[in-house]
Amino acid sequence: MAKQNNKVTEALEELGQKIVKQIYKEKNPEIEVPIRALSNVEFDKKTRTVKLGGKTSARHFFHIAHSKKFMQTIEVASISYNLLKEDKHASLRDVFYMAKRTIPSTKVNIVDDQTESDSVIEDLELITDQSREQLNVNANKNGSVAGEVIIEDKGDTIDWSKLGSGGWSIPSNVENIKFKKVSAKYIIYMEKAAVWERLHEDKFWAKQKCIIVSSQGQTTRGIRRLLQRLTTEHSIPIYVLTDLDPWGFYIYSVLKYGSINLAHISEKMAIPNVKFLGITVNDIEKYGLQKHLIKFKDTDLSRLKQIANYDWFKNNKEWQKQLEALKKLGAKAEIQALSSRGISFISDTYLPNKIKEKEFLD
Amino acid sequence: MPAEKTVTAEDLAKGQREISISEFFVKNKHLLGFDNPRKSLLTTIKEAVDNAIDACEEARIVPEVKVEIKPVSEDRFIVIVEDNGPGIVKEQIPRIFAKLLYGSKFHRLRCSRGQQGIGISASCMYGQLTTGKPAKITSKTNPKKQAHYFELIIDTKTNEPKIVQENDVDWEEKKTGTRVEIELTAKYQKGNQSVDQYLKQTAIVNPHLSLIYINPEGEKAEFPRATNELPKEPKEIKPHPHGIELGILIKMLHDTEAKTLQGFLQNDFCRISPKVAKEVCEKSSLDCGARPERIAIQEAEILYKSLNSTKIMSPPTDCVTPIGEELIIKGLKKEVDAEFYTAVSRPPSVYRGNPFIVETGLAYGGSLPSDELVKLYRFANRVPLLYQLSACATTKSVVSTVWRNYGLSQSKGALPAGPVVILIHVASVWVPFTSESKEAIAHYPEILKELKLALQEVGRKLATYIRKNVRAKEQRDRANLFEKYIPEVAASLSLLTNEKKEKISENLNKILKKSLKDFMPKEEAKEHGKTE
Repeated sequence: MAKQNNKVTEALEELGQKIVKQIYKEKNPEIEVPIRALSNVEFDKKTRTVKLGGKTSARHFFHIAHSKKFMQTIEVASISYNLLKEDKHASLRDVFYMAKRTIPSTKVNIVDDQTESDSVIEDLELITDQSREQLNVNANKNGSVAGEVIIEDKGDTIDWSKLGSGGWSIPSNVENIKFKKVSAKYIIYMEKAAVWERLHEDKFWAKQKCIIVSSQGQTTRGIRRLLQRLTTEHSIPIYVLTDLDPWGFYIYSVLKYGSINLAHISEKMAIPNVKFLGITVNDIEKYGLQKHLIKFKDTDLSRLKQIANYDWFKNNKEWQKQLEALKKLGAKAEIQALSSRGISFISDTYLPNKIKEKEFLD
Repeated sequence: MPAEKTVTAEDLAKGQREISISEFFVKNKHLLGFDNPRKSLLTTIKEAVDNAIDACEEARIVPEVKVEIKPVSEDRFIVIVEDNGPGIVKEQIPRIFAKLLYGSKFHRLRCSRGQQGIGISASCMYGQLTTGKPAKITSKTNPKKQAHYFELIIDTKTNEPKIVQENDVDWEEKKTGTRVEIELTAKYQKGNQSVDQYLKQTAIVNPHLSLIYINPEGEKAEFPRATNELPKEPKEIKPHPHGIELGILIKMLHDTEAKTLQGFLQNDFCRISPKVAKEVCEKSSLDCGARPERIAIQEAEILYKSLNSTKIMSPPTDCVTPIGEELIIKGLKKEVDAEFYTAVSRPPSVYRGNPFIVETGLAYGGSLPSDELVKLYRFANRVPLLYQLSACATTKSVVSTVWRNYGLSQSKGALPAGPVVILIHVASVWVPFTSESKEAIAHYPEILKELKLALQEVGRKLATYIRKNVRAKEQRDRANLFEKYIPEVAASLSLLTNEKKEKISENLNKILKKSLKDFMPKEEAKEHGKTE
């Protein structure tokens, strides 16, 4: 067992001991879990990150509403404990299957859905103050990167510019990667894998001397950590390219300030110098995308209102203007709408223009 | 003038003759319950069993009835019904069994199973018409004497009994009693509306009855009694003025022994005091002292109207004998395997001058199927009604009751669904049926109202039980769930702490037992999910 693991197994043992002590005292056993909700996060103006507050809730075993969650928490803790003892790593999906079984002589499964085990793992991070990766649980590989960078990973040397059409896929844990040579002026992180493929095919990263990174949808921890390391260790600016809609804005927000759900690891993950590149409301007119809008649904509008109320957007005049304009527009635009101007319009015109003119939102 | 033959009254007279009773019977057998072979078997047994129980009760003997159906050929059976009643005097036997419309029950107002005096002789006649065989009757009235044995047929022209054979026989196993044996064409089939069903239901509402039944397949079923107590002897009452028809009034005027109109009114009706009698006479402009048989038809009509427009006290109701809540429950428990039983006996009420009582019983759960419509057992004066379900006032009342309020599901205009048997009993000195075959109770508003109240009452009791039961079950389920989780949690904790799994389990179980109640939800609000 690696040395580092000792600390983690001890934390899990401590959790077990605490509960058993209560049981031996014939008390209804409880686990103290910090609340992961908007009501318990605050925006730290100093570090400019989303931080978890001090509110906790007690999860009791003998309580109808808590009992199952309690059982799941202990179950997943023991799964992680075994992983650590054996020095093996499991994916979130693996953990789900390790926990998914029917309790004898009932029709009750310990977990029915992966969201349940995922959520319990996040709880465990908080309870033990150890990150998911330290608990030997990894997320699936998600996202690709390409650019003129050479790294070393587990003894292999990898050149991000020589990986064919797929690029390098970003692992869940990037802590042990060494950057051997980095020559890039900036990084573009984009929400859509399809857009990444477009730019990669056009060799945009070679022409522009940049690094292109994408995932599908919300950014994974591996990507966030990778971006953070690149920008801090090599002082490269990061620009974010998303659809023009509240969900896109939140992707930017998570990268920059941390997420509400994972507020406890914001410090390790947040990248305060990230800038928003587009699509902005102004782009619609400037690039003639009026005919390629998708009308808002009710959920879009309510999400927009929520986001406008987050502290970090609320006190930002430029963003308030942007959000107000989007509300007025009442419609969203996908990045791919730019293809209406030509398939390589994005790599030939849109992005170079944006970067040249420094049209960013901060 | 065309040479058309004129029909004279004399010509017509040639075609006019007395209708023989058998012709009448054959043409109208559906009215009497002999529509088809299957129903004929049921009706025959029903008439014999009803008579047997009635006879026992009248003689205050706890009834013991044996029913046997012996197959002769595929469509021919011998029905044998034996009771331990008082027996029938020798002279009466031929007329009771071999003369239609002869009996003791038609002319009186008293709760009894049979009403018209048509039943058993019609059964004998049906047997005779379909097989040619006489009805065989054995009856013993005195434990010390021999029994009388008769073989009877009905003279279908004159409606008079014909004795085929008559002799005295030994019948040692019975102190007194009657045995009826009828051979008939019929069909035996199980299921709804079967003899089996009829006897089972009879056993439910007659908990004092001990019944043995041997079906054509030779299977013997015993329905033991649940009580030795006979129902209270029903009192006979005089007709109430509001409950009679004009024709009956005219007949009563003619037949009365009273010498004056006032006397007739006071003596031959219930609830007519001298004061009321005088008032009715005055209203009709008739002399109180007039001789009743001299009252002309027009005058009788006026009298009839005056009687109906005069306020007269409701008839006494002690002449109706309910089964009683306790015995309904006992009867249900005996024959229906359920987990919850309840019953309601309504106070007596009156329709058209006839007192009546509505009773309901309900059995819920147990082995009753929960995905079917409820089973409705209908009874009139303790006799099961198996046909014409949808025409019956009881069915209408069950359908129009909102059972969803009481924890059962129900589609609009249908019986509710669920693991339930509903029993409805209407007892009256004169149960109003929709037809002569006595299969459905007529829709009198007074009866419908009582039915509704009775059903609502059992409905409420059911709802209370279901609610309590469901709550108890939920609590059990919860405790159960904790119990199931304990080994899982103990195993995981044991891994984390190296403590013994068994010791953790044991302690958790202790906590569970100690304060199960305290763990029921009350602070749900505290723990709450996350956004995102």
